[in-house]
Amino acid sequence: MQATRDFSHYVRHLGSGLSHIDLAVEGVNCAGCMSKIERGLSALPDVTLARVNLTDRRVALEWKEGTLDPARFIDRLAELGYKAYPFEPVRAEAVETEQASFLLRCLGVAAFAAMNIMMLSIPVWSGNVSDMIPEQRDFFHWLSALIALPAAAYSGQPFFRSAWTALRARRTNMDVPISIGIVMALAMSVMETIHHAEHAYFDAALMLLAFLLAGRYLDQSMRRKTRAVAGNLAALKGETATKFIGADEISVVPIAAVQAGDIVLLRPGERSAVDGSVIEGQSKIDQSLITGETLPVKAGPGTAVYAGTLNLSGALRVRVSAASEGTLLAEISRLLDNAVQARSRYVQLADRASRLYAPVVHTAALLTMLGWAAYGATWHDAIVTAISVLIITCPCALGLAIPAVQTVVSGAMFRTGVLLNSGDAIERLADVERVVFDKTGTLTLPELDVTNAVDVPQDVFELAGRLALASHHPVAAAVARASGARKPLAGAEEVAGQGVRGFVRGLEVRLGRPSFCGADQIANDILHRDPEASVVAFRHGETRHVFAVRQRLRPDAAAAIATLVKAGIEVEILSGDREPAVRHAAEQLGIHEWRAGVTPADKIVRIEELKRRGVKVLMVGDGMNDAPALAAAHVSMSPVSATHLSQATADLVFLGDRLAPVVAAIGFSRKALLLMRQNLWLAAGYNLLAVPLAIAGLATPLVAAAAMSGSSLLVILNALRAHRGARELG
Amino acid sequence: MEVLVFLVPLALTLGALGLAGFLWSLKNGQYDDLEGAGWRAIADDEPVSEETLPSAGSGRH
Repeated sequence: MQATRDFSHYVRHLGSGLSHIDLAVEGVNCAGCMSKIERGLSALPDVTLARVNLTDRRVALEWKEGTLDPARFIDRLAELGYKAYPFEPVRAEAVETEQASFLLRCLGVAAFAAMNIMMLSIPVWSGNVSDMIPEQRDFFHWLSALIALPAAAYSGQPFFRSAWTALRARRTNMDVPISIGIVMALAMSVMETIHHAEHAYFDAALMLLAFLLAGRYLDQSMRRKTRAVAGNLAALKGETATKFIGADEISVVPIAAVQAGDIVLLRPGERSAVDGSVIEGQSKIDQSLITGETLPVKAGPGTAVYAGTLNLSGALRVRVSAASEGTLLAEISRLLDNAVQARSRYVQLADRASRLYAPVVHTAALLTMLGWAAYGATWHDAIVTAISVLIITCPCALGLAIPAVQTVVSGAMFRTGVLLNSGDAIERLADVERVVFDKTGTLTLPELDVTNAVDVPQDVFELAGRLALASHHPVAAAVARASGARKPLAGAEEVAGQGVRGFVRGLEVRLGRPSFCGADQIANDILHRDPEASVVAFRHGETRHVFAVRQRLRPDAAAAIATLVKAGIEVEILSGDREPAVRHAAEQLGIHEWRAGVTPADKIVRIEELKRRGVKVLMVGDGMNDAPALAAAHVSMSPVSATHLSQATADLVFLGDRLAPVVAAIGFSRKALLLMRQNLWLAAGYNLLAVPLAIAGLATPLVAAAAMSGSSLLVILNALRAHRGARELG
Repeated sequence: MEVLVFLVPLALTLGALGLAGFLWSLKNGQYDDLEGAGWRAIADDEPVSEETLPSAGSGRH
């Protein structure tokens, strides 16, 4: 398998005779790793650049074209103790990187402008109460305008564009009042400067932009980081396919280099990385990752194979199909499309707040203007006062209130092994009243495990494990894994369709079918007790043992379910597997509500039924058959071992073998929602204090500046509390 | 107050320089890996690339 790795697909050719490749690296987390890797790779001849990015856990490499095989880098990193794999930049990621750097540029411009204008404003404020002459004040105001207008025109783009898009679609969002506030503040300041007035609000407008852009950037960088990590995880799976080039010649290529119409070889024990249909060969395949069904099914020419299908017995030749050809897949993508369309657009907390906020503020400003005019003030004074109301209520803290919490919480979730696919998932997750689990691969581990290991003596187990290392069969692989054996037994040979055998101190050892080892009786006893298990027998001289192998529950599944139930969250299983298997799992976990043999369409029906009853559902699933249900549910989660489709559909992805991250994520999101609400109230409270001043016409630019930075600091500090005390659910 | 003639352009120039520096560092990729940059500052020695190594035989020992 290792002999012909072809990574040329990932290599980019720069001009000037250099090649470039990006590798995702596992386990880089300190300065030591960084310099070790950089030094180790730079030592290779002709490498011109080796730079680790610790944030994204990647290495960028450049070398003189044609001198090195990229596989060398991966081998070199393996020698250094790091698993690495080439990484294909996804377009979405490139777009987000571009957006993030644009936001940072805007933030830089706004912050520098705000600081420089502030430097000009302070002399005006102090001069107003002492000896400044009007000409000097005008000069400083004009200077401020000179900086503020171009800076605002540039750095306000993210808000202006979004507001314009919303208005054109006859909607409104948070950016509409922000844009109105900023534009009015600048326009009024210019008018006031022309009229030699005492106050101009250039500093307030730019400070507002800077704070809001900081919130935007936080939001963006959180999403970008998640996407980078998810991209790495996908790359590190290192999925390859054995592709036929020519009649009987094969080459191992990365999955990204396989196209529809190619023919690939699927060996026994391999998991398919592509969708397609069998054109040659007979085998049994395990479709559990796709349908949830754990019993193997027969496969022959014409059988559809999906990414994630495990080939059990014979070699298969598969013709790769475009994603939409397979019947099951077509059905699932149709359901998925419907579910995505039907999902009632969730209105984010920030947008709900702004829907309340904008009319209130604009009415207040209008009333202020009319009130002052009626009271006998000039129209000029009335308008200036009204605009100062708009400025002082501009949602500075409001714009930071939610992104700040999201950033802190997503960081905390990240450390517990949960990746966020969408920012508003936190809010939706906090409302969850019922968790619907898929069984296979979600409540259970994706890999098979030996269930009766305790019945087998340790030395026998280890010997069986060493023998099992010689076999490709997944059941044997489970024995090898469970035994912890590392050294394959020398001279072991595979007997096709039967098992493996070898010799230990002159005695024959065999591992395989019960009949191959003369252990039918013991095997039948075990199967009688546990009809769902697969069995593999072991014989060493006259000693015979039978291992029962099956999918095992995640180690902390029972505890996680108990925590959920204790927190008042209902739990339910919705599985495509057969009834006995689902019932067994439900009984072990103490789950009373379960449904077995559920098709993808039925899963949606069930989710919709719960939705109609007003229940907020968290769907947790990994199979391709879960994808439509994941999209239909209020919020959804997938384990990292899930199929591509499910992972892309889910709002959150959790890492590792344990189910605890699911529980922790709910806990974090509840805490986060609490803090978001608090922050919104803090921001609103600040407005309640400042607005009367503004309406009374007493809000000077100094008051606006102080109030704005004060309230922004307050919401940021409050958001930082999300770090602590969110570990426990409830 | 004649001093303003010097001070104001000076202040604006300094501000513009700061902004230009920021934009340059952003374009130069200095904000791509903030986590790594923090560690690099306290790393014992920067990894040495082939070109900057002293020629064979002239070791420092």
